[in-house]
Amino acid sequence: MLEVKNIYKTFNAGTVNEKTALNGLSLKLNEGDFVTVIGGNGAGKSTLLNALAGVWLVDEGEIFIDDINVTKMPEHKRAKFLGRVFQDPMMGTAATMEIDENLALASRRGKLRGLRGGISKAEKEEYRERLAELGLGLEDRLSSKVGLLSGGQRQAVTLLMATLKKPKLLLLDEHTAALDPKTAAKVLETTNKIVTEHNLTTLMITHNMKDAISNGNRLIMMNSGNIILDISGEEKKKLTVDDLLQKFAQASGEGFDNDRALLS
Amino acid sequence: MDIAALLNAMPGAVAQGLIWGIMAIGVYITYKILDVADLTVDGTMCTGGAVCIMMVTSGHNIYISMLVAVLAGMAAGFVTGIFHTFMGIPAILAGILTQLALYSINLKIMGRSNQAISVDKYNLLVSLRYVKGVEFYKNTILVVAIFCIVIIGILYWFFGTELGCSLRATGCNPNMSRAQGINTNLNVILGLMISNGLVALASALYSQYQGFADINMGRGAIVIGLAAVIIGTVLFEKIFHNFALKLLAVAIGGVVYYIVLQVVVWLGLDTDLLKLLSALMVAVFLAFPYWKKKYFSKPVKKGVN
Repeated sequence: MLEVKNIYKTFNAGTVNEKTALNGLSLKLNEGDFVTVIGGNGAGKSTLLNALAGVWLVDEGEIFIDDINVTKMPEHKRAKFLGRVFQDPMMGTAATMEIDENLALASRRGKLRGLRGGISKAEKEEYRERLAELGLGLEDRLSSKVGLLSGGQRQAVTLLMATLKKPKLLLLDEHTAALDPKTAAKVLETTNKIVTEHNLTTLMITHNMKDAISNGNRLIMMNSGNIILDISGEEKKKLTVDDLLQKFAQASGEGFDNDRALLS
Repeated sequence: MDIAALLNAMPGAVAQGLIWGIMAIGVYITYKILDVADLTVDGTMCTGGAVCIMMVTSGHNIYISMLVAVLAGMAAGFVTGIFHTFMGIPAILAGILTQLALYSINLKIMGRSNQAISVDKYNLLVSLRYVKGVEFYKNTILVVAIFCIVIIGILYWFFGTELGCSLRATGCNPNMSRAQGINTNLNVILGLMISNGLVALASALYSQYQGFADINMGRGAIVIGLAAVIIGTVLFEKIFHNFALKLLAVAIGGVVYYIVLQVVVWLGLDTDLLKLLSALMVAVFLAFPYWKKKYFSKPVKKGVN
């Protein structure tokens, strides 16, 4: 499904701010894998997702999605394979456009946009149903501007946009981190529902270790631009937060040095 | 001061205002929809007129001439777009570069700095002599108003299409747009082309109206365009929510600008100071949203949800 072969990315190369964000990382995902990604700040988690999405090109290595080499493919072309939800609720939607217009934009991902109408009546009905599934009452607000929605609602809409057209790979970049605990739980529940229902191959970054353990069928831990732990199946089900902290200390030779990761 | 003189000048002010309203709709597309301040228009506002007048005087049909003027404007927008996207030059600077380049091009088109055209010798669509005392269908205000309405209609349709929606999304949130598979660079170029095409059309109309094209006719055009956009938005934002009406508001903004200008001149202001006045007025209006946010916003409680 997804195959990442030995990718490298260095930011600000040759300056004092030089930072190797991805250091020869390789990863293989199977169809339907729901992988949670954890790691301290600066471990390279978001960099990995951005590399897959093509926000910039990697320095070395190759990326394959369904055996298609996308390493050199620009972001907007790669988008047809991907669904993305970002940490910042403002990032995933167009605030000045209506909810249905945002969904219509997403449903045309990977298609040529021509001079046909931007949104049809039949589509609106479909969106109404899909929004109703979120259980946020958004189905009655199809023509509200997205900018009027709360952060949680916007993340839910973004999630729906990312999965409206079934993506080959769903990339969730700490998509619940900016929400309050109750809303975060709700968005995560919706995420699980959608991922299971459509059997989506998913990479989800989270800072919450409990979430990382209780969601998905596989967990990877990153440190210094590489994967230091990869647990799946039965072994993952038995994991505890303490196990993870211990394994992190073992694998990296140091403790989890950031409070944010410990607190969650 | 003679009120009759002012009233007498009004039809001319309305006609000019509407022509600049078309130009301002072009500015609206870049400034409001694409979120790019495009200074190319100062050059394009001469290019359109120059092309139109040179073609008409060399015997071409007026409609063909205006069409070619629009294409020339679009080409200018294309160049700015390439400067900005392909060459990575900041939008403002890219516009300034094209604008400067256009100065030479405009001189080459016209052969000298000024080219006149007589409405008696050529069959022009609009003229300052057609503002009063002509058959109603020849009246410049009517002709320009029809242009405005057709343009607004076409733009209303276009920005509702898949492509038009993707253009709006590009201006609103480029990151999200790329994530949804939109080629934002291509859209920025397309938006700049449409915008400058409209400005060139306004320029072609304006040069016919005043009976000449001049190398300096576009100087400060962006300021007048912005003034019209801001006046239209401020006056009508509470009542006009539909996109077509918003564009109409911009066109009306152009008319209001010219009427105010006419009144100020009538009040006896030194015409040398007009551009200073326009610039200051636009500066103050641009500052309003900032001031409002900084000094008058009430503390908002953050929503829990």
